[in-house]
Amino acid sequence: MLKTSAIVVGAGHCGLAMSRCLADRSIDHVVLERGEVAHSWRTQRWDSLRLLTPNWMTRLPGFSYRGDDADGYLRAPDVAELIEGYAKESAAPVRANTTVTSVRQAEGGYVVQTDQDLWHTRSVVLAPGASTVPKVPVLQGGVPTGITTLTPVDYRNPSQPPDGGVLVVGASASGIQIAAELHRSGRQVSLAVGEHVRMPRTYRGKDILWWMDAAGLLDERYDEVPDLVRARNLPSMQLVGSPDRTTVDLNSLSQAGVQLVGRLAGIRDGIAQFSGSLPNMCTLADLKLERLLDTIDAWATKAGWDNADTPRRFAPTTVAAPAPLTLDLRSGAIRTILWATGFRPDLSWLDVGVFDRKGNVRHDGGVTASPGLYLIGMPFLRRRKSTLIDGAAADAADLSRHLVHYLDCN
Amino acid sequence: MTTMQTPVDNGVNVEALLGVRDALAETPEIAQFQWRATVSWVGGTHSRSTVDTFYGFGEQQHHKTTFTHDIDHPLAFAAQDNGISPVEYVLVALGGCLTAGIASIAQHRNIQLRSVQATVEADEDLHGILGADPEIRNGFTGVRVSYQIDADATPEQIKALVAQSQKRSAVYDILTNPTPVTVTVDVP
Repeated sequence: MLKTSAIVVGAGHCGLAMSRCLADRSIDHVVLERGEVAHSWRTQRWDSLRLLTPNWMTRLPGFSYRGDDADGYLRAPDVAELIEGYAKESAAPVRANTTVTSVRQAEGGYVVQTDQDLWHTRSVVLAPGASTVPKVPVLQGGVPTGITTLTPVDYRNPSQPPDGGVLVVGASASGIQIAAELHRSGRQVSLAVGEHVRMPRTYRGKDILWWMDAAGLLDERYDEVPDLVRARNLPSMQLVGSPDRTTVDLNSLSQAGVQLVGRLAGIRDGIAQFSGSLPNMCTLADLKLERLLDTIDAWATKAGWDNADTPRRFAPTTVAAPAPLTLDLRSGAIRTILWATGFRPDLSWLDVGVFDRKGNVRHDGGVTASPGLYLIGMPFLRRRKSTLIDGAAADAADLSRHLVHYLDCN
Repeated sequence: MTTMQTPVDNGVNVEALLGVRDALAETPEIAQFQWRATVSWVGGTHSRSTVDTFYGFGEQQHHKTTFTHDIDHPLAFAAQDNGISPVEYVLVALGGCLTAGIASIAQHRNIQLRSVQATVEADEDLHGILGADPEIRNGFTGVRVSYQIDADATPEQIKALVAQSQKRSAVYDILTNPTPVTVTVDVP
């Protein structure tokens, strides 16, 4: 059996950030990766996808974006290349093409079984990626045969679905981007909209994330946020990374001709049923955006950013009344359903009792109740920015400190 | 300028509600509730409902008293108008649910309410229930709730209260989303 002090499972940006912090603290460790470094960025992203965060925000422990397009947004292959460059520069001890099949508690730590080796380690850091397995609602069981279903993980480009209309379910970043792209390709697109986070790409002449970063909003801590359950379950911000920094929101989509419908609430006898809550979902998102802009404006005044463009407010989301409540999936109008209904990590190989009744890992800011077992890269793990690339550095610093202390005491 | 700070009191025990939410983390099964009503035919389109028990927090529960309500249809329907019509009970339920939510959320957000009034309107096309046009549904074609709220808060805060109340309302959810309904009959 091979022995080490720490095993990091997953060589994405979080796993590598953790590896870098452990190396800086002289902790012997390995990083196990089922594919190549940045595997999901190579294999699970649609063609047009770019990072939601501008390049200057690509900051990892001891490393950052060095190109000449600080305000641009990297394409998925460039993200993979950047993460690979980070692994090389850090000389991260990555064992690629090594799939973990089980992690169990054992005397003095954990036994990690892979398809290559058996390891004993004193500690384990789970960095499985928050966007690995698509979450598809149970009501998919009612989808009539003959309808193609896709998720953002297997969607590639608009030529992929069969000819005909598409129902995109979910209005987070993935849903609005794919809906916009499919509609531009000439397809009839309906977008089912539940709770969502409306966000302009730019505000007062700067990227909205610049303001959120500068005002400290992305640093908000998990133990200070009023409602952590809610914060951890928020859909992703409605943002797209594009060279012209366009805002894609429900207004721009419906003006272009995308049909907005309420949250997909059921499928009965082949008929999709949509919630009548669409107007309130839009009101909630509009009000939340206004509060965010109020916060940003107040900060800008205090911090002396008066030379930025003047404050503005965005038009409320308009919903064509009444939005349809049903759509007959057997009529032939819809040929494809794209489930943009969120993701979860793949931790099917974790044989340690740290799961809650919904199958999520229980943790306190990434520290599980099982001594020496850590989790990184999940929504609001320790900070609002925990799932952004830019969030890995602070979280990895905190968790590596905790891990080293644990090793020192045991 | 100094202002007198009096504690916000909308008469809602928010601490108790939050305590329940915390307790659910440890014992999720206590969240399983069952609501009950019995409805007995009186005569004509008039019936009377009785509501006294429900199940929740892991045990049988009782209302403080047994509540009865008369349900009928108006004179214009050639009925006796012994009570409001079933569809009007739906409006009452929606307005009551949203208003309770507004009070609770206002308490939680430290907003003092002075007055809250909801006007609930619903449109229905009788072609549906009379079977006169199979294209027309029986139920409402639309429901509108308009609130008049006087509170120690900005217009945006008040709008946010009303929006959040819809997000957390059971009756709003029941009206806006499909629910499986099973009706059985025991014949003597």
